[in-house]
Amino acid sequence: MTVQKAKTLTGKKEPLSNTMLLMLVSIGIFIAMYAAAVIFNAKGFRNPKMFFDLLNENSMLIIIACSLTVVMIGGGINISVAGVVSLTCMVDALYLQKSAVASPFLNILISLGIALGIGLAFGAFQGFLISHLEIQPFIVTLAGMILARGLTTIVSPGGKPVDVNASGAVTAMWDARINIPWFTEVTEKVKLGKVTQTVVSTDLEIGTLVALLVLVLVFLLLRYAKLGRNIYAIGGNQQSAMMLGINVKRTRFISYVISGLLSGLAGFIFLMHAPSAKTTVAARGEMDAIAASIIGGTLLTGGVGNVFGTFFGVMILATITKIIGLSDVNESFWQNIASGAMLGLFIMLQSVILSVRGKGKIHLPEWLKFIKPKGDPISPAK
Amino acid sequence: MPNETVLTMRGICKQFPGTKALDNVDFTLRKGEIHALMGENGAGKSTLIKVLTGVYEKDAGSIQVDGLPGEARIHSPQDAQNIGISTVYQEITLCPNLTVAENMFIGRTSGQIVHWKDYNRRATEILNSLGIPARAKQELSHCSLAVQQMVAIARAVDMKCKVLILDEPTSSLDEKEVEMLFGLMRDLKSRGVGIIFVTHFLEQVYEVSDRITVLRNGELVGEYLTAELPQVELVAKMMGKDLNDMVDLEKVGVKNAGGGETVYEAKGLSSAESRPFDFHIRRGEVNGFTGLLGSGRSESVRAIFGADRVTGGEVKVKGKAVRISNPKQAMKNGIGYLPEDRKRDGIIADLSVRDNIILALQVMKGFFKPMSKQEMKQFADEYIKALQIKTASQDTPIKSLSGGNQQKVILARWLLTHPDYLILDEPTRGIDVGTKLEIQKLVLKLAEENMSVTFISSEIEEMLRTCSRLIVMRDRKIVGELTGDELTQNHVMKTIAGGEA
Repeated sequence: MTVQKAKTLTGKKEPLSNTMLLMLVSIGIFIAMYAAAVIFNAKGFRNPKMFFDLLNENSMLIIIACSLTVVMIGGGINISVAGVVSLTCMVDALYLQKSAVASPFLNILISLGIALGIGLAFGAFQGFLISHLEIQPFIVTLAGMILARGLTTIVSPGGKPVDVNASGAVTAMWDARINIPWFTEVTEKVKLGKVTQTVVSTDLEIGTLVALLVLVLVFLLLRYAKLGRNIYAIGGNQQSAMMLGINVKRTRFISYVISGLLSGLAGFIFLMHAPSAKTTVAARGEMDAIAASIIGGTLLTGGVGNVFGTFFGVMILATITKIIGLSDVNESFWQNIASGAMLGLFIMLQSVILSVRGKGKIHLPEWLKFIKPKGDPISPAK
Repeated sequence: MPNETVLTMRGICKQFPGTKALDNVDFTLRKGEIHALMGENGAGKSTLIKVLTGVYEKDAGSIQVDGLPGEARIHSPQDAQNIGISTVYQEITLCPNLTVAENMFIGRTSGQIVHWKDYNRRATEILNSLGIPARAKQELSHCSLAVQQMVAIARAVDMKCKVLILDEPTSSLDEKEVEMLFGLMRDLKSRGVGIIFVTHFLEQVYEVSDRITVLRNGELVGEYLTAELPQVELVAKMMGKDLNDMVDLEKVGVKNAGGGETVYEAKGLSSAESRPFDFHIRRGEVNGFTGLLGSGRSESVRAIFGADRVTGGEVKVKGKAVRISNPKQAMKNGIGYLPEDRKRDGIIADLSVRDNIILALQVMKGFFKPMSKQEMKQFADEYIKALQIKTASQDTPIKSLSGGNQQKVILARWLLTHPDYLILDEPTRGIDVGTKLEIQKLVLKLAEENMSVTFISSEIEEMLRTCSRLIVMRDRKIVGELTGDELTQNHVMKTIAGGEA
């Protein structure tokens, strides 16, 4: 009997994966937007300092967006992230205010420990409810969000902000910022024959460095660790993942633990940046994080996403906010309208791209053909 | 090698509440053979497979696997995989968003780090050696269904499986893909893997298998060498009829072949699930689609009703060209359809008998023209009486009725819309004999009243009693149309089986 051997395909370049494609789209849009801002709005975007300011101001958002991306790739959602940020922020602030420990370094360690502990508690408990008791993640984390916000108000001194400007820990972190020497601006003024120099330095805060480090670590985890791939698998098809021998419950549980830990860390980082805690810290943060993840190419349905895309999602939102904040229309509803429109546009774009790739029903113009992989016909799995 | 057994199942019993799914079934698989497992719906094929793969626990019997001393302990799909029994299901159980290589190795590697290079190299080796046209780095969703299935097989093969179960692997593949899959199966066979091939495509069984085991009603009918079992006999064994004592049953009632105009006509009609076919029915005619399970009989009538996505063809209703692409359009054109799966497509379990009856009429009228409660009660009463539906009241939820009475309610739903053409897909399945007869009589009466009816049933006798024309399907194609004297069991079975007889 002749064995029919089909031609084996080798050496051909792979079409872009959905994850990569959606990420590239968001990078492209960020670059276009930033370039436009540089060209049209001279107010500050011409200055490279603006870019670093954007990073510094959004370090907390970068971390919680990463934490959401992990959960969303696994097919879940976690809307308690910002609540946990506000709670850790408040608890840490109270600790630093009352701390009897003299060493700033030790204070940093302890408050970091507190933050991670709170995050871990939220992540593990929510993860348990979602993975082992199979309760809807939206409901569980909604409860978590409300709980965390409530706790924040209760532990706060009568709902008032807690200022930790004077804390040694904050000063230590603040002083440890990294100066970017070649962007330092020196302006000289001559007044009454005297020359005064004003130095505006461009810095990268330690918190921002941590956020970028988190970004890289989460990327490595998702790409090269077995755990990360398992998260993609359960997000892609939970039933299949189980049949392939993956411990779905454990994987899902750990994804929420990671999310909780990162939220706690984000709270700590935010306090170091602020440096004061209010009950309204990170208001709407979970929504911004979800929006950033989606704009960066993470699908709410799970299985597709990339934290670098998420990073650019954060930067796109931050740029919009900045542009509108800097221009004359200084009204927050314009920011909302622009962010909302952006999000809508992205979701539309994603679904068009995915449906074109999935079934090939829409006829594309030549210049758009790259989004449709050539080669094998694609039939959606039943 | 040929006679070395790799799997022995003896005296397997499995009881479900109310039914005996497997009764003392034996099954033997040898090294390097492709063994087809055949049987109609409810014969126990899938139960046997599920017992073997650890999805179900068996009630009695023993399973022995080559190379393992004593009885094999299989309590979960994981256990089955560990002792070398792998299953590839009809629905792909891989992750579409991962690459081909990942799908082959995920969930069964040690260590916490993914070695992509290693994965890709090994995957490429396996894909090459099996001749599977996929690239290791390709995302699985970019592969055709056939290739996805082959990747699942490659994973199983790499796990050193001795027994490979292919559960309906070909039902969503086209001919070329089926050929590719068969090539792979023959290749594996030459490597000594025992393959259990579950399918309902007769021709594929004869093309690729060495042996056939037939089950019927949870019992073993027998094990045969494929070469020694003619296709007609296989069909007879599956249906439980002996060719010799197939005496034609006396025909009940007078059958109306229909004389008037053509009520419905389709040319080259095709849907997402069915291949193009031609069909017509006259006023007052009762015809039937027959064929084995999966032959495409239900898919064809679903295409007529627009229940699946219609992809092509011309349709004329009473000589006028119309477009029917969804059920509502079909209803507007006077077509009614009683679905095969009562529980899923038919009843709305929590609604009352009355609400279930008036549902179709309400849809036809549009939801903005509600009927008065009085009207609804009257309609419901009328049909509960006419069809002798046994229910405590109109307000009883339909789920508390027996299967036969539920079916009558659905029938009433359609009769209320006064269709010109009514399609009944397995109206008699799972209901008691008395009600079956009532429904058959009703069909004949409707035909006398000039309604056209298409009647589908797994029981040939029923079809012979009611239909004046039988359309026979095999492997999703119409292979014959029988009328008049040709309407005998023998003839029908031969047409179903095809080939010489």
